[in-house]
Amino acid sequence: MTVPGESAAYPQDVFIPGEPSDSAVVPDGDRVGKGAIHLVHLYPREMSIYGDLGNTRALAARIRRHGYSPVVHQHHPGSAFPETVHLVLGGGGQDSGQVRVEDDLEQIADRLRDLAADGTPMLMICGMYQLFGNAFITVEGKRLPGLGILDVTTQGNAKRMIGPVVLDTEFGDVVGYENHSGSTTLGAGQAPFGTVRSGFGNNGTDQTEGARTGNVFGSYLHGPILPANPALADALIGLAAERATGRPFEPEQQDDAFADEARGRQVRRLVKR
Amino acid sequence: MLRTTAAVVAGKAARAASRLRGGGSALPGLVAEKVDPGFLAHALADVRGGILVVTGTNGKTTTTKMLVAVLRAHGRTVFTNPTGSNFTRGVISSMLGELPLRGRLRADMAVLELDEAHALKFAAAVKPTHALLLNVARDQLDRFAEIDHTAQLLASLAEQTTSGVVLNLDDSFVSRIRDRVADGVAVHYFGVDGSIADRLPELQEQDVRFEDDFVPPVAGPDDGLLKPNDERSFEVLFGGGGPGSGTVGPLELQQRGLAAMINATAATATARMLLGDAFDPARAASALRAVTPPFGRGEVVDVDGQPLELVLVKNPAGFTVALGTYGSTPVATMVAINDNYADGRDVSWLYDVSFESLRDRGVAVTSGVRGYDMALRLQYDDVAVERVEPALEPALDAFLAAHPDEPKRIFCTYTAMMALRRVLAARYDLPDIGEEAS
Repeated sequence: MTVPGESAAYPQDVFIPGEPSDSAVVPDGDRVGKGAIHLVHLYPREMSIYGDLGNTRALAARIRRHGYSPVVHQHHPGSAFPETVHLVLGGGGQDSGQVRVEDDLEQIADRLRDLAADGTPMLMICGMYQLFGNAFITVEGKRLPGLGILDVTTQGNAKRMIGPVVLDTEFGDVVGYENHSGSTTLGAGQAPFGTVRSGFGNNGTDQTEGARTGNVFGSYLHGPILPANPALADALIGLAAERATGRPFEPEQQDDAFADEARGRQVRRLVKR
Repeated sequence: MLRTTAAVVAGKAARAASRLRGGGSALPGLVAEKVDPGFLAHALADVRGGILVVTGTNGKTTTTKMLVAVLRAHGRTVFTNPTGSNFTRGVISSMLGELPLRGRLRADMAVLELDEAHALKFAAAVKPTHALLLNVARDQLDRFAEIDHTAQLLASLAEQTTSGVVLNLDDSFVSRIRDRVADGVAVHYFGVDGSIADRLPELQEQDVRFEDDFVPPVAGPDDGLLKPNDERSFEVLFGGGGPGSGTVGPLELQQRGLAAMINATAATATARMLLGDAFDPARAASALRAVTPPFGRGEVVDVDGQPLELVLVKNPAGFTVALGTYGSTPVATMVAINDNYADGRDVSWLYDVSFESLRDRGVAVTSGVRGYDMALRLQYDDVAVERVEPALEPALDAFLAAHPDEPKRIFCTYTAMMALRRVLAARYDLPDIGEEAS
């Protein structure tokens, strides 16, 4: 039988439920469709504990439905960072997982900063969102520097912020689930990803959630965030498709009835009118 | 009047009252605990043959039931908490039915199923002589927040155990707890034979701390290893098997699947530790053969002449095992996902499960509060969903009506299962929860 977690081409890659085993392989010219879009999921083994691989799965599936070909790269600590990158994803992890990626993140920091400055779309959830900020300050007061791509600072907390979330964003209502102990503050002039309609958000006090700089999005929302919020997914795909092909995004009509109903129900449950 | 006697009387009264209402099992325990905080220690003071706690993420209820069956087959009287009410108050509640008024339980052994946090609360009141630590997987992160934390809870229980622990050889979150037990406390293991080691990834969580110096243990003569012969038949080997080594089986369980076989292996290794020389492999095998699946763990209801299986799913490891176990015989399928506290409020975990095995047959109905999220998840795995009906009873009606003349299966989270089972119990012949026909 096949063992989840093993693929012949890239033995260290983790199993992404639902993804075909060859999704890390660049397709032949005649199968590429409107173009090959290269996704990189950062540290899938260490930093995707709350179903965040589902974001990568949803993007790859939608890229196919839009008539393009996804190439899904998994970046592991110590491995070479891919040459061609159109879209970067990261998820949440346990403290032990964050410790395991720190050194490697320092190694690829300049590359990530260059890609971000150049307009590459990125979606960083929870732990990776924190690491994309200026710093994480532990409960004991120790300052752990981040990449500084997003102007946010996170303070470790004894209390966790846990529960379902509804946001108002430029993509309309966005629903998800937060589970974080860090309390994040935006720097002056840093735009949030959304405004909290229900839930805690960055810190439980200022109604902001996540951060956005250029095409880099940070958020605490699991769920995972993309399947139930396809407008956000397609915005990321559109940006990536333009970078991959040099042409405007050519989307196909999608059937998002389940996603819209799932999201709408959460909004109605959680937002008090 | 003695304080404990007052506690027993008050608790028994509350138990009778809550039974009349058909209500929950924890309230009477709460009453007794309030009247006498030392209740548990006092009640268990005369239990001399061992006080064992079974804990871990998956398989507690099944393993406890199997272990109790094996011990009773050896003539031991065993107190247990059979309702799956695995909090300390649930333990006290089930005790109240068996207690004489002076408040001391008459039993050779106590085998208690407790979730990880309540296992520690129990240990604060009564130090267990033995502990069986099954596994650590992601489950209800709302309650325990992180896997590492859960592993710490288990380690802390092991530290407080006075005589012997049984650990999962193949789960490094658990096997590394060997270094945490006190001097003189015996450590035995259960695990799988090398012939099926390739199936472990489907069963358990990834340990990301793989760069430390931990060297996994090697099975010794007292450690039980599961060796399946085919989909149903298996043996539990000690010391590599062979004549005189105490092999249990070959045998078949009533409950299907690899997870149940591993539970039986854990129960067997633990019974052997508790019983010592009195352990009889033949008695153990016949007891395991007779164990019926606990409520909700592959329970089969006869619906108008066709079997309807109820399968509880609560985390990625469990759902993956359930799909693997039942996937070889595809039937009409319903999936019901709620997100109440007891289900786990975060449904993200559904994206850590692969549903490809359902693709050929499709899914007839998705239901529950998060029925549309489940349909969306299936859509991403190209599994066709015929219908979404969030309300459970109408969903069940639609499911039964659409597939009247064939076997059916419902995968459901905890509160969805409780609700569905209530509906089914009103229509068909089902044992009451907690009072299973045995």
